[in-house]
Amino acid sequence: EPIEKEVNPHLLPGELLLCEASTVYKYVQEDGSNRGTYGKLVCTNFKISFLDDDSASDDNEPQFKNKIVGENDITLQCVDQIYGVYDEKKKLLTGQLRKYPEKLIIYCKDLRVFNFCLRYTKEEEVKRIVSGIVHHSQTPKLLKRLFLFSYASAAPNNTDGRNQTVMFETLEDWRDELERTKGNVKYKAVTTNEGYRSLEQIPCTEEFTYFSHLMNIFLQIWCWSCHNGAALLKMSTFPKEQDDSTSQMQKAFLDGIYKTISKPPYELLKMDDLSSSLPSLQDIQTAYTRFKQLFLIDNSTDFWATDVKWFSLLESTNWLEIIRRVLKKAIEVAECLEIQHTNVLLIEESATDLCCVISSLVQVMMDSYSRTKSGFQSLIQKEWVIGGHSFLDRCNHLHKSEKEEAPVFLLLLNCVWQLVQQYPPAFEFTETYLTVLSDSLYVPIFSTFFFNSQHQRDTNKVRVWYFVDAVGPFRFLTVWDWCVQFDPKALAFLNNPLYAEKPKPDRSQRKTARFKHQRQLSLPLTQAKPSTKRGFFREETDHLIKNILGKRIGKFINSSDEPPNSLREFYDSWHSKPVDYHGLLLPRIDGPEIKVWAQRYLRWIPEAQLHGGGTIATAAKILDLMEEVQSLQVKMDEEHSQAVSGDAHSVPMLRNSARLSSLFPFALLQRQSVKPALPTSTWKDLEDEDDLVKRDDEFVDLSGDML
Amino acid sequence: MASSSTSKYNSNSLENSSSKQNLKDGTNWEQNEEIPRLPGETRVTDKDVIYMCPFNGPVKGRVYITNYRLYLRSVENDPVVILNVPLGVISRIEKMGGASSRGENSYGLDITCKDMRNLRFALKQEGHSRRDIFEVLTKYAFPQSHSLPFFAFVNEEKFPENGWMVYNPMSEYRRQGLPNERWRVTFINEHYGLCDTYPSLLVVPYNATDDDLKKVAAFRSRNRIPVLSWIHPETQAVIMRCSQPLVGMSGKRNKDDERYLDIIREANGQISKLTIYDARPNVNAVANKATGGGYESEDAYPNAELSFLDIHNIHVMRESLKKLKDIVYPNVEESHWLSSLESTHWLEHIKLVLTGAIQVADKVSSGRSSVLVHCSDGWDRTAQLTSLAMLMLDSYYRTIEGFEVLVQKEWISFGHKFASRIGHGDKNHADTDRSPIFLQFIDCVWQMSKQFPTAFEFNEQFLITILDHLYSCRFGTFLYNSEFLREKEKVTDRTLSLWSLINSDKSKYTNAFYSKELNRALYPVASMRHLELWVNYYIRWNPRIRQQPNPVEQRYLELLALRDDYIRRLEELQITNNSKISNSSASSTSPSQMVSQVQTHF
Repeated sequence: EPIEKEVNPHLLPGELLLCEASTVYKYVQEDGSNRGTYGKLVCTNFKISFLDDDSASDDNEPQFKNKIVGENDITLQCVDQIYGVYDEKKKLLTGQLRKYPEKLIIYCKDLRVFNFCLRYTKEEEVKRIVSGIVHHSQTPKLLKRLFLFSYASAAPNNTDGRNQTVMFETLEDWRDELERTKGNVKYKAVTTNEGYRSLEQIPCTEEFTYFSHLMNIFLQIWCWSCHNGAALLKMSTFPKEQDDSTSQMQKAFLDGIYKTISKPPYELLKMDDLSSSLPSLQDIQTAYTRFKQLFLIDNSTDFWATDVKWFSLLESTNWLEIIRRVLKKAIEVAECLEIQHTNVLLIEESATDLCCVISSLVQVMMDSYSRTKSGFQSLIQKEWVIGGHSFLDRCNHLHKSEKEEAPVFLLLLNCVWQLVQQYPPAFEFTETYLTVLSDSLYVPIFSTFFFNSQHQRDTNKVRVWYFVDAVGPFRFLTVWDWCVQFDPKALAFLNNPLYAEKPKPDRSQRKTARFKHQRQLSLPLTQAKPSTKRGFFREETDHLIKNILGKRIGKFINSSDEPPNSLREFYDSWHSKPVDYHGLLLPRIDGPEIKVWAQRYLRWIPEAQLHGGGTIATAAKILDLMEEVQSLQVKMDEEHSQAVSGDAHSVPMLRNSARLSSLFPFALLQRQSVKPALPTSTWKDLEDEDDLVKRDDEFVDLSGDML
Repeated sequence: MASSSTSKYNSNSLENSSSKQNLKDGTNWEQNEEIPRLPGETRVTDKDVIYMCPFNGPVKGRVYITNYRLYLRSVENDPVVILNVPLGVISRIEKMGGASSRGENSYGLDITCKDMRNLRFALKQEGHSRRDIFEVLTKYAFPQSHSLPFFAFVNEEKFPENGWMVYNPMSEYRRQGLPNERWRVTFINEHYGLCDTYPSLLVVPYNATDDDLKKVAAFRSRNRIPVLSWIHPETQAVIMRCSQPLVGMSGKRNKDDERYLDIIREANGQISKLTIYDARPNVNAVANKATGGGYESEDAYPNAELSFLDIHNIHVMRESLKKLKDIVYPNVEESHWLSSLESTHWLEHIKLVLTGAIQVADKVSSGRSSVLVHCSDGWDRTAQLTSLAMLMLDSYYRTIEGFEVLVQKEWISFGHKFASRIGHGDKNHADTDRSPIFLQFIDCVWQMSKQFPTAFEFNEQFLITILDHLYSCRFGTFLYNSEFLREKEKVTDRTLSLWSLINSDKSKYTNAFYSKELNRALYPVASMRHLELWVNYYIRWNPRIRQQPNPVEQRYLELLALRDDYIRRLEELQITNNSKISNSSASSTSPSQMVSQVQTHF
C-alpha cells in the first residue's frame, strides 16, 4: 500500500483543525479544460485551506505573499457563497444538506473563485468536509466564537511599538488632533462617563461636547476643522417620537448640542441629511452585489460572453454611479467648508455609515495628512473604528442578518481609489495598499474590523479575559500592524514611489500659508467675473439664441441659462489650475473619469492580464530608476568621505519588468504560453443600422470588369 | 496641434504677445503681427464676431482668416480666448438665422469640424460681414472645389529633417531580409500599369512570374493582387494583402489565382494550410457576390482555411463616430455615460479590429502559417489589420521612425484612399466615401500603447499630431488616394512631409518610459474591460475633461534628471578627488550640502 505523503496545514496559534478530505481535485481556473491538482481540503476554525499534494515542488516563491492567508487559503469570513454542482447544475449551499455535490465552487469576498472536484474523495469525507465548510462559513455564529478570540488568547502579545497610527482611544489623541487642525479654538475633548456607566452623567450641554459615551453609544460630533476654522461635524438624527425615558433623554441631549452649535461662535451651519441626499444602504448593497457578480467569472466563455455587453452591464449595477454621487457630495461639503466658510453638520440615523464615508472623503480631499499612510490609518481609526461603524453587521461576519449587510467601508475605499488613480503623487500609499486593506476586512485576527463599536470591543475583551488562563493583559492585534501579514519585501508594494513628499517643514509652512492666502483671494474674484460678463453678453445674444437658433444652439451654451452654480464654479475653477498635491484635491467626476478598480476586481481573471503591460510596467521602471539614483547617492557619499570606492557596491536590483503581468502583485496564475486571449463571442447585431450594415464600402459593380 | 481654445482660467499663453514666440505648432510669430503665420501663409480677411463658446459662453473677438487657418482672439484679455484652427479640419460651413430675425447679432455661422467639434459665430448684419466671411472660408477651406491648390503646395516652411526620406520601400524590405530565395521584388507595377492603387515596388513569391501576376490581377478586384506585407524572421510565415476575388454569382474560378495562392502557401517551407482572413462579416462577403466579388471557396482553394473577422464597412464606422460625437460634444453625457458609450458601438468596432489583428499576428507567429488578408478592395479594413498585426509582431514599428514607415507603407503606398475618406479640401461633406478608418487605426494603436505603456517609443502627442495633420493639409503626407496620383502631382517635390515636423523635434513625441525590446510579440487584450475611450483625443476641447500632464511621467523625468545630475557630479568629484590625492590637500563640503537627498520610500 502506497504511503500517502502527509501534508499538514499550517496552523496559527489558537487554530484548530475541524475536518478534512483527501484526494480533492482543484481545477486551475484558467480555462475550460480540466487541468488541476490533487490535494487535501481542510477546514479549521479560521480558514478553508487546500493543501497541494506536490506543494513541496513549489520552488518559485511569489514576491508578494500574505503570511497569514496563503493563495489557497480562504478565511471563513472571506467566503461569500458556496455552490454545489449536481449533474452539471449549480445549487447554492446554505444550511442542512441532504445530498452531497460532486463539485464545490467557493466564491470569495475578495473575488477569488475556487473549483473543487470531490468525485475522487471518499463519501464519508465529502459529507464531513462539505457540511463542515457550509456550517462554519455560512451559518450564524456567536461573536465569541470568532477566531479573533482564540487567536488573541493563544498568540503572544507581539504588538509593534513602531506603529505611527493614532488610535484615538485616549483623550490625548483627540486633543492632539484638535490641536493639529486648530479645531481647539472652538471645540474641546471631554470624557464624562469613562466606565460606560450610565445616563446620570450626561454632560452639561452648555459646553460643547463632541466626545461622550451615551447609552453605550460612542458619541463623536466633531470630525475635522478646516484651515479657515470651518468644522466638519456629524451627528445621528433626533430619535423619532418615542415614549420611553431613555430616548427622551437622548433627544434632549442631542437637542442641546444642536442648539449649541447653531449659536455663536458656530453660527454658520449647514445641515446635510445624508439619508435623504445619498443612496440608501439597501441601494448600496444591491448595487455592490450586482457589481461583484460581474467579476466572479467561472471560465473563459463566461468572460467573453459578458464582454459584449460590458458597459451596459456595469451601468446596470449602479455601483459606479453611487461612487460618483458620493464623490460629488464630498465636493459639495468641501466647497461649503473651503469657500463658504460654513460649518457642515452631516446627519444620518446612526451617523456611523454614510457620515463616515463622507467625512473621511472630505478629509482625504482637504487634509494632505490623510493621504499619508499613517494619516489615512488614523483617519480610519477616528471616523470608523472609534467612530462606531458597525463592521460586524455591515460585513455580516457572524451571518446574523443579511438585512444589515452593506459594503459601506468598501465604498469608501472605492472612492479613495478614484482619487489615488487620478492623482498618484498625492498619496503615500498605493492602490495595492487599498486592495490589501480591503482584503483585511475578512481576516479575523485583527480586532479593527470585527466589532460594531469600541464599546462592544472593550466589553468583550473583558469577558474573554475571564475565559482565558492568560496572565497579564493581552491586546487584540490591529490591522495597521502590516508586518503581521507581510514581510518587508512585500510591504514595499504598499508604498508609493511617486509620492511627492512634503518639502522640509520650515519651507513648507511659508509656502502653504502663502498658497492658502492666494487661494482665498482668488476665488471670490473668479466667482464674480464670469457672472457679470454673462449678464453683459446675454442681452446681445439672447435673441439670437432664442429666436433663431432655438434649441440647437441652446444645447451649446446651456450653461449661461442656468443660475450661477457655485459648486460648478468651484469645481471648474479648481480643475483649471495646476494641482498642488499637498493642497485641496477634488476628484474628477464626469462619466469617463469614474473607473473600475481593476486591480481589486480583475486581479484573479487570467483573461484580463496583460503580459508586460499595465501600470505595473511603468511602476517597475520608476523603481529601477530610483534604485539607481539611490546607489548613485551612496557612491557620492563615499566619494565625499574619500572612502575606498569599489565597483562592487550596490548594483541596482533588476526587475524583469517586461515579463511582469499586469495583475502583479496578485498574479496567482502564470499562463503557460503567451498566446493572446481571443474573444470567443464578439458578434453583435447592429439592429438599428441594418441598411448600413448590408452595404458595401463603395458600390461598384465588379462583374463588368470580368468581360 | 490644430488649435486650442484657452479656458478662461488658463489664460497666460498670449499675455506677452509683444515678444517673438514659438507656438506649440512650430509656427513662428513675428513681432508686430496680430496672428501667428507660417511661411507662405497670407492673410485674407478679418472681422469682429461673437464666438459662441460652448463651455464659457459668448466671447467677443476678432477672427482672422488666412489661406491656412482661422484664428480668433477675444477682445477681452482676461481671460483671453484663442482659437487656432487649420481650415483643413473644416468639413461643413452653414449659415444660421438671417434677415427674418431681429437683432444686430442674429447672423450665425456654424462650422462643423472633422476633429470632433463645432465652431459657432454670431456676426453683425451691417456690411455683409457674414456673407464675406462665409465666402472666404468656403473658398479656402475647400480649395479643391474652387480650383485652388492645397496649402501644402504653398507652404514655405523649412525643417532640418526631411521626412520624405523616412520611407524607402527597398530598404524596408531589406530590413525584413527580402528579397530572399523564396521572395522577389518585382517592378511590374513601375508605371502603375498592373494596378494603379498599388505602389510601384512589390514583393511576390519567387516562383510566380510577372506573367502569372498579370493573370491573377484579372481575378482580383481592382487588380489588387496578393503581395507581401511582412515576413516573420523565424517562421518565414508571411502576411499578404490583396482585394477580394472576383467570384461573382456564378462562382467563377481562376486557375492562376488558385495556383498563386498555393505558391504563397508553400513559400514558407511549412506544409500547413494558408489562412485567409476575410475582414468582412460573412453575410457581406456573400452579398458581394451579387456585384461580382466574393470570397475564396473551399472547393477552389482546398489548401486554404478561410475565416471572417466580422469587421463592418466604412458607413457603419462613420455613423458610429457621429454617435460618439453626439455624446461627448459639446457636453459629456451626464447620466448613463456607459450605456451611451456602448450604444455608439465605437469601442466595439475597435475591439473587433484588434481581435482580427491579434488573430492574424498569432497565426503568423505561433501558428507558423502564412496569412492572406483582404476585405472588399483591400485598402481600408485590410490596411488596419495588416498594419496592426505588424505592430504587434515587429518592435521596429513601435519606434517613431518605424511607425512612420508603417503608415507610409501599409496605408499611404498601398492606396488607402485618404483623399476620399477624409475629403481634403472638398466641400461635399455628405460624401459617403468619407469614413474615419485611419482614425480608428490610430485609436487601436493608442489602446495598445495604453495597455503597454513601455513598449512604444512614441507618446500620445505623436498620435494626436498625426491625426491633426491628417486634416490640416499643411503637409503633403496624406494628400491624394494613391502613390500614382501623388507622383503625378509631384507631392514629394512640391510639399513637405509631416515626418519633417515630427523628426525635427523628436523629444516632444518621445515616450519617457520606452524600453527597447527586440522581437517581442505584443498582444493587447481586446476586452471591453481594458478598452477605454480616448478622452485626450475625443474630448480634448472640453476644459472640464482636460487632462493634467501625466504626473507619473513628470516624476520619472525628474528622476532621470536627478540621475544625470548625480552622474555628472560624481564624475566631477572623481576628477577633483584624484587631483586632491595628488595634492594631498583635503577640504571637502559635506555631501548633503551639495545635493538634497532623494526623498523616496521603499
